[in-house]
Amino acid sequence: MSIETDAIKIQNLSFHWRMGDAAVLDLPELHIKRGERVFIKGASGSGKSTLLSLIGGVLLPQSGTVSVLDQRLNELSSAKRDSFRAEHIGFIFQMFNLIPYLPVIDNVLLPCRFSQRRKHNIEKRGFTLKDEAVRLLEHLDLSTEMLQRSVTELSVGQQQRVAAARALIGGPELVIADEPTSALDADRRSGFLQLLLKECFEQDTTLVFVSHDSALEPQFDRGIQLADINRAIN
Amino acid sequence: MHILTLAIKSMLNRKFTIALTIFSIALSIMLLLGVERLRNDARESFANTISGTDLIVGARSGPVQLLLYSVFRIGNPTNNISWKSYEEIKDQRLVAWTVPLSLGDSHHGFRVLGTNLDYFRHYHYGGGLALEFAKGAPFADVYDAVIGADVAKELNYNLGQEVVLAHGTGEVSFVRHDDKPFRIVGILSKTGTPVDRTVHVSLEGIEAIHTGWENGAPRPGAHIDAEQARQINLQPKTITAALVGLKSRLAAFRVQRFINEYPKEPLLAALPGVALQELWDTMAIAQQVLLAISVLVVLVGISGMMTAMLTSLNERRREMAVLRSVGARPWHIFILFVGEAGAVMSIASAVGVAALYVTQLIARPIIQTQLGLFLPIHSPSTHEFMLIAAAVGAGLLVGLIPAYRAYRYSLSDGMTIRL
Ligand SMILES: Nc1ncnc2c1ncn2[C@@H]1O[C@H](COP(=O)(O)OP(=O)(O)OP(=O)(O)O)[C@@H](O)[C@H]1O
Ligand SMILES: [Mg+2]
Repeated sequence: MSIETDAIKIQNLSFHWRMGDAAVLDLPELHIKRGERVFIKGASGSGKSTLLSLIGGVLLPQSGTVSVLDQRLNELSSAKRDSFRAEHIGFIFQMFNLIPYLPVIDNVLLPCRFSQRRKHNIEKRGFTLKDEAVRLLEHLDLSTEMLQRSVTELSVGQQQRVAAARALIGGPELVIADEPTSALDADRRSGFLQLLLKECFEQDTTLVFVSHDSALEPQFDRGIQLADINRAIN
Repeated sequence: MHILTLAIKSMLNRKFTIALTIFSIALSIMLLLGVERLRNDARESFANTISGTDLIVGARSGPVQLLLYSVFRIGNPTNNISWKSYEEIKDQRLVAWTVPLSLGDSHHGFRVLGTNLDYFRHYHYGGGLALEFAKGAPFADVYDAVIGADVAKELNYNLGQEVVLAHGTGEVSFVRHDDKPFRIVGILSKTGTPVDRTVHVSLEGIEAIHTGWENGAPRPGAHIDAEQARQINLQPKTITAALVGLKSRLAAFRVQRFINEYPKEPLLAALPGVALQELWDTMAIAQQVLLAISVLVVLVGISGMMTAMLTSLNERRREMAVLRSVGARPWHIFILFVGEAGAVMSIASAVGVAALYVTQLIARPIIQTQLGLFLPIHSPSTHEFMLIAAAVGAGLLVGLIPAYRAYRYSLSDGMTIRL
């Protein structure tokens, strides 16, 4: 197994929230390859979101290592981890993904405020930031007249698509989605997922998608049941 | 930088609550600056009202009272002093000049001062400035009047116009000396002292309008008309007070003792500087209390801001999680909040200062008439800037509390969105 092909590599990870608490996560091993689209499922409270925070470098494990794109996160200072996250990872959450006081366009471009790299990725290809935002929104089936709209005027489904555009802008290598479809009804859910998967495929983005809705699993390269790899008992 | 634009956009999103917060802090800052301004300017205005006079002489009362009625034209004298005593003081070897003052009448709420030409020569204000005539000249005839700048402006008077004096000093007087009108012969330049609000006539004029009067009312059947009055002896028998200038300042205490121990009549000689200080001191406690209250009001305003920020914190935890996910650092979140506190305080200060000027423009004439204080409208002093800086500093300091909580939240929540 060559190092270069791993987007995420977790070894002997153990994490507990508070001193003295039982571990929420105890993962001997987890590999996710670059470009792979992985579905992680698990019961509520099983530690899925916690795992994503560890991958995002917002949390550090008490023992073990998390490497993202060949970078060991625990070797970075917290400042470096924050900028590493901004540069390489896009996030989509279950709901309330958007900053209510920014219009659609500013929400989409938010990562470019914190990451020079993602900004340059766009400019390198000869696009303006706005062009790229428009392109992504169009790919995600959102009309461009929404650009200056307040995000609070959007439907939940539209909001999630704006969030997806934000996660994808500037071509981060990794997109992490934490139950992005659970606020959507069944129709929109598959529609949203298709758009997201297509865009990830085009940009060759690694996607880690968390949900407890197994119906979505077949659309992914691989499904992981968290309980199967987690030795901690929740 | 970009985090501050976020702070501003977030504030614009909460315009209404933020505006209310700004409004209350602005009011409190206006109050604080207003009180400070009143304190400082009142002191200056007081000190500027009279200069060059070594002693003020009047009937025995308190020095502050004497100062108030003779110089500030506030309140009324308890007693007059006799012309004889006045002459005796005037003839003292150490006395360089005297100015007699006779008060008790008014014109449309402006006080009437009976005096002589020495008044225009010796009354100085604002650290040695003499009175100047904008138009006309000092009174020469019994029925001549010289008016202060504000009298002319507010009543729209000009030279040659006739005015009727009223008996007593109330705003509305029922007994008018309308049988003996005065003619305006001079208008003084603005001084920023009570002189601006005074109608000056000669002592003889005062005497003339009161001939045939007894106990403050005309004696029935004893009417003497204006021309007849000229013929009788218009030498006053009493005056209200006198300003005294000495040949040497060093003699002040000796002359003061002489007057205070004057055997024929209970008199009081007050040193203007000392009386001013005493007047100031009587107000010191009230000033301190006012200042303390206004500082407290600012603190109340600031804690209102903190409450609003802490309340918004809960719903903003989501926003913070999103910002963290796109790479914002915990200190970005910290700045977001401190920046808001700073912006609120700065805007509130600016609004407060603006409101202060507006209030000052409106309140100035009222303060002048009611308190005899002449408050100049000037640009903010260094002292005032320091007060504003202190308020902004206090606001930032208080803003650290919600900022620190937000910082803690963003560390503990990470990217988890809490509802
Ligand atoms: N900030 C936190 N502080 C302390 N404990 C936490 C925190 N966040 C989560 N936990 C705990 O960690 C465990 C795992 O939570 P996590 O949010 O990762 O679950 P999850 O699998 O994402 O659940 P769900 O499907 O409901 O989102 C839970 O027991 C939860 O109580
Ligand atoms: Mg979760």
